[in-house]
Amino acid sequence: MVLEFTERGIYCPAGDFHIDPWQPVDRALITHGHADHARPGHRHYLATDGAAPVMRHRLGDIALETVAYGETRQIGDARVSFHPAGHVPGSAQVRVEVKGAVWVVSGDYKLATDRLSTPFEPLRCHGFVTECTFGLPVFDWPDEAEVAREINGWWAGNAAAGRFCLLGAYALGKAQRVLSLLDPDIGPILTHGAVENTNAVLRAQGLSLPATRQVTPETRAADHPGALVVAPPGALSTSWARRFRPASTGYASGWMRLRGVRRRRAADRGFVLSDHADWAGLNRAIAQTGAETVCVTHGYTDIFAKWLGEQGYDARIVPTEFTGETLDEAGEQ
Amino acid sequence: MKRFAALYSAVDQTTRTSKKVAALAAYFASAPDDDKLWTIALFAGRRPRRAITTTRLREWAAERAGIPLWLFEECYPIVGDLAETIALVLPAPAATHDDGLSTWIARLRDLDSADEAARKAAILDAWSRMQPVERLVFNKLLTGGFRVGVSRKLMTRALARATGRDEAELAHRLMGEWHPDTTTFHALVEAPDPTAELSRPYPFCLAHPIDEAAGPESLGPPDDWIAEWKWDGIRGQLIRRGEDHFVWSRGEELMTDRFPELARARDYLPDGTVLDGEILAWRGDAPLPFAALQRRIGRKSVPKKLLTEAPVAFLAYDLLEEAGRDLRGLAFSNRRARLEGLLQAVPETAGLRPSPLLSFVGWQELDRLRGGARAHRAEGVMLKRRDSIYLVGRKKGDWWKWKLDPLTLDAVLIYAQQGHGRRANLFTDFTFAVWHGTELVPFTKAYSGLTDAEFRQITQWVRRNTLQRFGPVRQVRPEHVFEIAFEGIQRSPRHKSGVALRFPRMARWRHDKPPAEANTLDDLHQMLDQYG
Repeated sequence: MVLEFTERGIYCPAGDFHIDPWQPVDRALITHGHADHARPGHRHYLATDGAAPVMRHRLGDIALETVAYGETRQIGDARVSFHPAGHVPGSAQVRVEVKGAVWVVSGDYKLATDRLSTPFEPLRCHGFVTECTFGLPVFDWPDEAEVAREINGWWAGNAAAGRFCLLGAYALGKAQRVLSLLDPDIGPILTHGAVENTNAVLRAQGLSLPATRQVTPETRAADHPGALVVAPPGALSTSWARRFRPASTGYASGWMRLRGVRRRRAADRGFVLSDHADWAGLNRAIAQTGAETVCVTHGYTDIFAKWLGEQGYDARIVPTEFTGETLDEAGEQ
Repeated sequence: MKRFAALYSAVDQTTRTSKKVAALAAYFASAPDDDKLWTIALFAGRRPRRAITTTRLREWAAERAGIPLWLFEECYPIVGDLAETIALVLPAPAATHDDGLSTWIARLRDLDSADEAARKAAILDAWSRMQPVERLVFNKLLTGGFRVGVSRKLMTRALARATGRDEAELAHRLMGEWHPDTTTFHALVEAPDPTAELSRPYPFCLAHPIDEAAGPESLGPPDDWIAEWKWDGIRGQLIRRGEDHFVWSRGEELMTDRFPELARARDYLPDGTVLDGEILAWRGDAPLPFAALQRRIGRKSVPKKLLTEAPVAFLAYDLLEEAGRDLRGLAFSNRRARLEGLLQAVPETAGLRPSPLLSFVGWQELDRLRGGARAHRAEGVMLKRRDSIYLVGRKKGDWWKWKLDPLTLDAVLIYAQQGHGRRANLFTDFTFAVWHGTELVPFTKAYSGLTDAEFRQITQWVRRNTLQRFGPVRQVRPEHVFEIAFEGIQRSPRHKSGVALRFPRMARWRHDKPPAEANTLDDLHQMLDQYG
């Protein structure tokens, strides 16, 4: 086996390393900086140049070595390279080749392009390790341009009516993607500290984002009429958000495709915007690998594995501690 | 259909009552009469006759989406709504249309007489011409159940605003049995109609729960209040008008034939009488357990045997109409006195009696009486302000329910299942067990009572502590203890534990209790002996 699935995480015996392990290990290859993939406590980290700044920001002073996309490393008997996953800036799939057998661990990924991340690169392999957060045929993402029109229309309407817009979006990745879609001519853009911290990291590595202003204890809502405020989803229901009144609330997430989830949040608007592949995307990505064996790690694994089995794949469910896209970011940072 | 779909979106996209009413009023001011009539009917819980079974709809939707039926069926509980699931899996529309709501409903009615091939062609054609929201609305017409967060009250308010008519009069007009197929917007909302008046109930006045922390002391002097038992039955109105009598439930279902015992009201009540009260399974001087009434609910015709095993009575607590006169503007104490006068001559065997009043001096004594409610098979006590008029709906201030503290047990979480609809990505449906020796015996399920944060926390834990999967059900490590609260307990041969609980929910997550200290099956059976 090129890869084994252990209590600590995905393990490559030929190179004696783990990929995105959830328990401390000697050598960890990290696909991207989200908390369920990049955890503290490993002795040695390897990730892409693009993922490194966020990881350092989150995990502090770690022993981190970086590689460029496509650059090959020999680790023990394994030949390893990182390739764009299109999930968030710097995110990667990890390609592992041992004696001619190729496996790819995709981490989290999406096929649709956005204005910030390097587009997903299809890789041929024998075994493909995939997530399936949105692995049901009800998940079908609209075009990003259409979502941008919806968000800006909502913002312009509320600004004209004297209301603030509070938009919940995951602080790393989703928030910046939302920012990249906003039309700054409509009004000022304010950010929660968790979002602004990530903005600073990504701006420092050269990504272009519209001008934003961080909300501080001194911020007076009245000084920013017509503002749109971007914050982690969890912050919208806290006292932090209460200074912006009256306000319309919205969330940007793939889960907003489901009316029931939108209603549970008691949101005025839900914008269907995900950093993960939708149903068609997952199926296309898997087909493009040409893999015979597909291991599904998180999401609707039982259902998706059964579907893949019917499509002729050797599909397996691999229990992991990855969580995929949630609406419940606990105000990290 | 576009106009109606836009209304649906506008209402769905806000949680603010004022915005919903504004959207509805704008719709009522501009839509064609036939569409308005159907809109009123749909928001009031009526629906077109089901022309196509949901089985066929699922098959056709899966076929059109190019997925196997099992996969469609897996999606349905996660989405939580059949109409929405179908709308989500279908491919994007290939054409357009300009037809209104009532036109589409008429088309559905015509399908009643069509053969299956024609039905399928018509439905697939509709799907291929509608935008996603229209499709969702259309599917809801097909599957029934149009719950969109618009109460009848909001709809009535909006209609009053759009037509300039009195809200209470409209509420009364919209009660009772009418159907868009047999009436018009004009007849329902505008024209005078004496025959429909005959069976029409009054909108129910509803009570608010007393704030448990504040207690009844906040209500002012006890002498201003009248107390009675809060019964655990079916709220209803008993109407005696013309030659007939009618029994309505609070959900506005006409239940006259379901409770033939109440026909005796014709012998004892004069024409032009409307009583508000509770239907209870009743024998002699006391209610039977709720399980007895449960056997009667949902049965349109009642076999003789059941009539003798679970007879019902109507416990009247208010008089809304006397000799054809609407009494709702009188003080409750006055109405109550008239009620007692009216029922004085009715024999006890008639199954029609006033709900007894509880006399009390001071809140403390009432609290003590409340403590004994379970022995009377009551849920607690009701408090009604002496000088209050009979209001429409749930207005705060005059009617209060003061329920008993629930029964509680500490139980171990053993199975978990994901929720659906609003709670699709969380584990929210749990099974709990008590100890029987070293074995854990499941005895109840519970779905509610935790905060969103706690549901998220337990969801994380379930994902990491699954021992075994049985389809969607996960067996988890027996590590967590929850305090289960419930309103009643009954013997049940259908459950392994031998008991069934009424309204079980999670009152507290007992982080402080190890599983070994959870309650036992013996404790459960002791409760059964005491309260069952």
